[in-house]
Amino acid sequence: MIKTLRSQNHSLASGQEQLRFLSNGIFGSDKLPTFREKIDTLGEFPLKPTNIEIFQVNVGYMCNQVCKHCHVDAGPDRKEIMGRETMQRCLDIMSKTNIHTLDLTGGAPEMNPDFRWFVEEAHKVGVKEVIVRSNLTIILANPKYHDLPEFFKKNGVRVVSSLPFYQPDKTDRQRGEGVFVKSIEALQMLNAVGYGKEGSGLYLDLVYNPGGAFLPGNQAELERDFKKELKNHYGIDFNSLFTITNLPISRFLDFLIRTENYEEYMEKLVNSFNPAAVKGVMCRNTISVDYDGYMYDCDFNQMLGLKVDKQAGQHINDFNLENLENRHIAISQHCYGCTAGAGSSCQGTVA
Amino acid sequence: MEKTYYDPADLKKFGDVADFQPELAKKFFDYYGDVFKDGALTAREKSLIALAVAHAVQCPYCIDAYTSDSLEKGATEQQMMEAVHVTTAIRGGASLVHGVQMMNKVKKLSM
Repeated sequence: MIKTLRSQNHSLASGQEQLRFLSNGIFGSDKLPTFREKIDTLGEFPLKPTNIEIFQVNVGYMCNQVCKHCHVDAGPDRKEIMGRETMQRCLDIMSKTNIHTLDLTGGAPEMNPDFRWFVEEAHKVGVKEVIVRSNLTIILANPKYHDLPEFFKKNGVRVVSSLPFYQPDKTDRQRGEGVFVKSIEALQMLNAVGYGKEGSGLYLDLVYNPGGAFLPGNQAELERDFKKELKNHYGIDFNSLFTITNLPISRFLDFLIRTENYEEYMEKLVNSFNPAAVKGVMCRNTISVDYDGYMYDCDFNQMLGLKVDKQAGQHINDFNLENLENRHIAISQHCYGCTAGAGSSCQGTVA
Repeated sequence: MEKTYYDPADLKKFGDVADFQPELAKKFFDYYGDVFKDGALTAREKSLIALAVAHAVQCPYCIDAYTSDSLEKGATEQQMMEAVHVTTAIRGGASLVHGVQMMNKVKKLSM
C-alpha cells in the first residue's frame, strides 16, 4: 500500500505549498494564462455563486484505501474526523434553508462512527436527497459494514461509487491490488437489494476518472461501455456514469511532477478550456464543509486550505446564506480541471 | 540544422505550418477536423485507426498524439496494442505477399 503524502512528510501535503507551486512555474512565467486571467477575458471574474443547493460534507479523511490519484490524500493513517456536534450544526442549517442535498464524502464516509446517525437525522429534518460517495470496498472491509447496502436502501441514500474502469488491471493500478474484485462484489451486493435496478427508485451511479495524465472521454460513450461490460461479465446494473477530470492537486499533482507530465497536462487543460463549462462548475451551487466545520467553495479548495471569502463567514457557526450567495469564489490554476473539455463536477460533465 | 530530426515540442507547433501557406493549411485542418468527428465510424474507432496508421508511417508525433487521444476516448490498452498488431500484420503481409512474385520469377526461370 502506498503512503499518504502526510505520512511521507511530503511538501505537497501542505495546501499552501501546492498553491505556491501552481502559481509559479509555467503560470508565473506567463507561458500559460492564469485561471483568473482566462475567466477575466470572458467577464466571469470574480466568479460568483448562483443559489446554494448542495451541502457537500466531508466527514473525515480516514479511508481503508490509498488511491494514487486521491485529491484528499486520504488513508488509514488520517485521523481527522467530524464530530456529531458539527453534523448537528449542518442539519440545523439545512432545516432552515433551501439546501436540498446532503452529499457525504471522505475518505470513506462510512468509517465515521456517526455516519449512520447523520444520514437518519438528515431525513428527519427534511433533506430531500442524501448522497454517499462510497469507495465500495468499505462494504467488505469489516463485518460491521456488510449491512451498508440495507442501511442505504432503508434510508433511500443515493450511492455514488468510484470505479475508474470496467477492467481489473486499470482499476487496481490506480486504487490498489484487489480493489476491482472487491468493488465488483460490493456492486453485486448493492444490486441484490435493488440498487441500480429499473423502477426501484434506488440510485447507483459510478464515477470514472482517467488512469493517468489525460482527459476523460465522452461520458455517454463510456457509460455505454461500462454498462455493457459490467452487465456481460458480472451481471451488474447501475444508473449513470459520471466522468471526472483528475485535478492537479495533492497525490495527482505529485504524480504529474514525478513523471514529468505536469507542464504537458496543464497545457492540455488550458488548451481545452471551455467557456461553457464555467457556467456549470459545481462551486456555484455547492458549499463544501470540512470535518471541523469550515466552509469552502468546493472539495478541491478544501484540500488546498482555500476557505470561502472571509467576508462571507468561514465557519458554519457563522453561516449566513445571503453573504455566501454574494461571495466571490476562490480560484487558482487547479480550476482549469473543472473547465476543460466537457467540464467536470461531482455529477460528471457540465457542458 | 538541428542536431536531431525529431523534437517532441514540435508536435504543439503543428498549427504553425499555416504561417507559410495559410489557405492550404486551413483547408487541410478543416478537413482533418471533419475526418475525426463521429460518423459511420465512432471518433474512438477513428483514433485507433489513426494510431495504427501512425505506426505504419512511423510518425513519432502521430504516435504521441494518438496514444493520448485513444486513452482519452476510452480505448483500452489491449485495443491499442491490437491496432499496432494490425499494422504489423499488414506491413509483414505486404512484404510476404511479394514472395509470390519472387516465386513466379523462380518458376519462370527454372527448368
